[in-house]
Amino acid sequence: MFDSLKDKLQDVFSALGKRGALRESDVDTALREVRLALLDADVALPVVKTFIARVREQAVGSDVLKSVRPDQQVIKIVNDALVEVLGSEPAPLNIAANPPAVILMAGLQGSGKTTTAGKLALRLRSRERKKVMLASLDVTRPAARQQLRILGEQAEVGVLPEADRESPAQIAKRALQAAQLQGFDVLILDTAGRVTIDEGLMAELREVKALTNPHEVLLVADAMTGQDAVTTATAFKQAVDITGIVLTRLDGDARGGAALSMREITGCPIKLVGVGEKQDALEEFDPARMAGRILDMGDVVALVEKAAETIEVEEAERLAKRMARGQFDMNDFLSQLRQLQKMGGLGGIMGMLPGLGKMQKQIAAAGIDDSMIRRQEAIILSMTNKERVSVGLLNASRRKRIAAGSGTSVQEVNRLVKQYQEMARMMKKMGGKTGAAAMKALMGGGMPGGMPGGMPGGLPGGLPGGLKGGLPGLGGGLPGLGGKPSGKKK
Amino acid sequence: MSWLKKLTSGLSKTSARVTSSLSSLLGRSSIDASSIEEVEDALISADLGTAAAARLAERVRRHKFDGEVTAEALAGALADGITEILEPVATPLVPQPGDRPHVVLLVGVNGSGKTTTAGKLAQQWRQEGKSVMLAAGDTFRAAAIEQLQIWGERTGTEVIAGAQGGDAAALAYQALERARAQGTDVLIIDTAGRLQNRTELMDELAKIVRVIRKLDEAAPHDSVIVLDGTVGQNALSQVSAFQDIADVSGLIVTKLDGSAKGGVVIALAEKFQLPVHAVGVGEGADDLQPFEARDFANALAGVSSET
Ligand SMILES: Nc1nc2c(ncn2[C@@H]2O[C@H](COP(=O)(O)OP(=O)(O)OP(=O)(O)O)[C@@H](O)[C@H]2O)c(=O)[nH]1
Ligand SMILES: [Mg+2]
Repeated sequence: MFDSLKDKLQDVFSALGKRGALRESDVDTALREVRLALLDADVALPVVKTFIARVREQAVGSDVLKSVRPDQQVIKIVNDALVEVLGSEPAPLNIAANPPAVILMAGLQGSGKTTTAGKLALRLRSRERKKVMLASLDVTRPAARQQLRILGEQAEVGVLPEADRESPAQIAKRALQAAQLQGFDVLILDTAGRVTIDEGLMAELREVKALTNPHEVLLVADAMTGQDAVTTATAFKQAVDITGIVLTRLDGDARGGAALSMREITGCPIKLVGVGEKQDALEEFDPARMAGRILDMGDVVALVEKAAETIEVEEAERLAKRMARGQFDMNDFLSQLRQLQKMGGLGGIMGMLPGLGKMQKQIAAAGIDDSMIRRQEAIILSMTNKERVSVGLLNASRRKRIAAGSGTSVQEVNRLVKQYQEMARMMKKMGGKTGAAAMKALMGGGMPGGMPGGMPGGLPGGLPGGLKGGLPGLGGGLPGLGGKPSGKKK
Repeated sequence: MSWLKKLTSGLSKTSARVTSSLSSLLGRSSIDASSIEEVEDALISADLGTAAAARLAERVRRHKFDGEVTAEALAGALADGITEILEPVATPLVPQPGDRPHVVLLVGVNGSGKTTTAGKLAQQWRQEGKSVMLAAGDTFRAAAIEQLQIWGERTGTEVIAGAQGGDAAALAYQALERARAQGTDVLIIDTAGRLQNRTELMDELAKIVRVIRKLDEAAPHDSVIVLDGTVGQNALSQVSAFQDIADVSGLIVTKLDGSAKGGVVIALAEKFQLPVHAVGVGEGADDLQPFEARDFANALAGVSSET
């Protein structure tokens, strides 16, 4: 599987030169595809339009990875934007109120309100240890109240006894009183499905809301909904100011664009999703999964992620070769520092190394931290390109200038140069060896940040040479220091 | 309210959308690319899907208009195009007197309107003087049997039901046996809602079909998929899967009294050429109407049907 991906990547490498930033034409090519993908997933047209416009703005001019097609990178940007719109924060149910907290279920006919009410009751009882009562206000659909009663019995929660000839508002009042008197924590009100253009029925829902003052008004919507999602969401938002959305039938094969439509139109979070007919088939909403499903371009997204990884590997390989040839200059040193930062800085890397807790303390004591790496980066950036290539040029006055330019001290500049020289010297010694071997030796010899050479009271031996095949999950060697996962070798 | 008014008033939300976007084209002497794009957008907003919308828009673009292109002329051309696609599939559901009983199997995903449609069909055929029997084939969902029984009472129709959790195929078989013995004209079998990608549930449906064919090879004479009018492009996957499993022979689209447009039937007609029998336009027993291509097309395109 990875072979074909690698092949594809290689084709792309050879087909493309370096690119700096995404061009408008690249972005538009990709967004045409994305527009179709979103529409085919039933995202509503007005939502598609605003979403695309927003992403376009974000994408044009942004940096592009040299190893993917620019339009592929746009799709990755789209995916990330989708995840963000769908919900960057968790949206728990708000039931912490003075009991009983009322949850009002609303939605079109057949969207899954009753089933969801039952599932919710079970979830709140079993997971949150709440005392839950269910009440059906659905006097329209034949046997709707029986259905809820059976579901309530299965979930082992309270169910408001049915009475004849009551209006939904009357049932709601009775339910609230009963829940108060009997000390229920949560009261879930199931309502009849209604088309939003029926003013009478929407008014009825408003009345129920006014009477019961719900903490949550959940719009229950079918994941298979088409373009009407916008109309429905808007209408329920306007009529009863919904607080959240439950998307049902996500166990089906619908792409589920309604999720995006409704989320965007109402601004309300998708709180839960229904994934089956069983009572426990109610889950938290996962924006990343939903985005992948809607966009259905997982291959491309994965490809770009892979490419981003590959670039790091490539860069590491390039460095290793240069080192082996004794060509390691300040630019390479800089590149190494940056890769280190990308890996989450020193802390991130140390955290990945088992049993290095102690060392972490020593490092901290020695004043080696991420801010130091950033200062070192600043120092190199303040050098001219000539200076970076031939460090010998760095006389006292140049060092002074660099210190001033980088906001550091001459001592720091000196320390960096010394570190660099030590590394370069070592690398020459290793000259005959392969890149990988050089890397391994380097691991024990000098890490940016000054281990051990430049480090006051250096760690004896630096990082244990080979770490037996390198850091777990990072391939042989420290990331950015040329180690690379086996199997990715070209 | 007449069915047509009801359908049109239901669909008029759509047509308002389509016409309002078309009205911006008013008075232009020729159709430019952006007008065509507007037509296409309006169609996409009615759930036709991108492909069907593009085809129809292209058709309107190639249409030869006499003189100035008015919004009316454009809507008219659009309605003609839609009618042309739908006319061949608009076929009423008519029980054949020779089949005793004529077996109608209702299938579809959860909540699409199968049980309600069963009740409505019973009502219609009872009113035509036919003897009808309902079979409560949804033995899965809580209170599904009671729901159909209430429809039986409402329409004066006998309901054959077993226990909840029982074997749906056995129940269907039993109902067919009974209907044959009684010489019933039509047997309507309601089934549990199931998502088309759930193979174990689809297998169960296949079993229902297999079992009733043991009694009558021609049964079910109509295997009707009930589609929710708010559904989007997933309808294509639904029809295709149910066709494989239950030899779907036609469709009924429900909930067209709401704000949804049901435009996906156009995509379905193009892809499957299956008869569209009727539309559901409300929750009452009489809220089932034959599917009329011209009216549906006019309503969608915003052409008044009065003429
Ligand atoms: N407004 C409107 N509602 C409808 C129509 N047809 C059905 N409904 C409603 O849609 C909801 C679901 O209908 P059911 O007939 O129970 O659907 P089903 O397919 O049998 O559902 P399951 O058996 O649960 O899969 C009910 O509230 C019906 O009253 C229609 O044409 N218009
Ligand atoms: Mg049913």
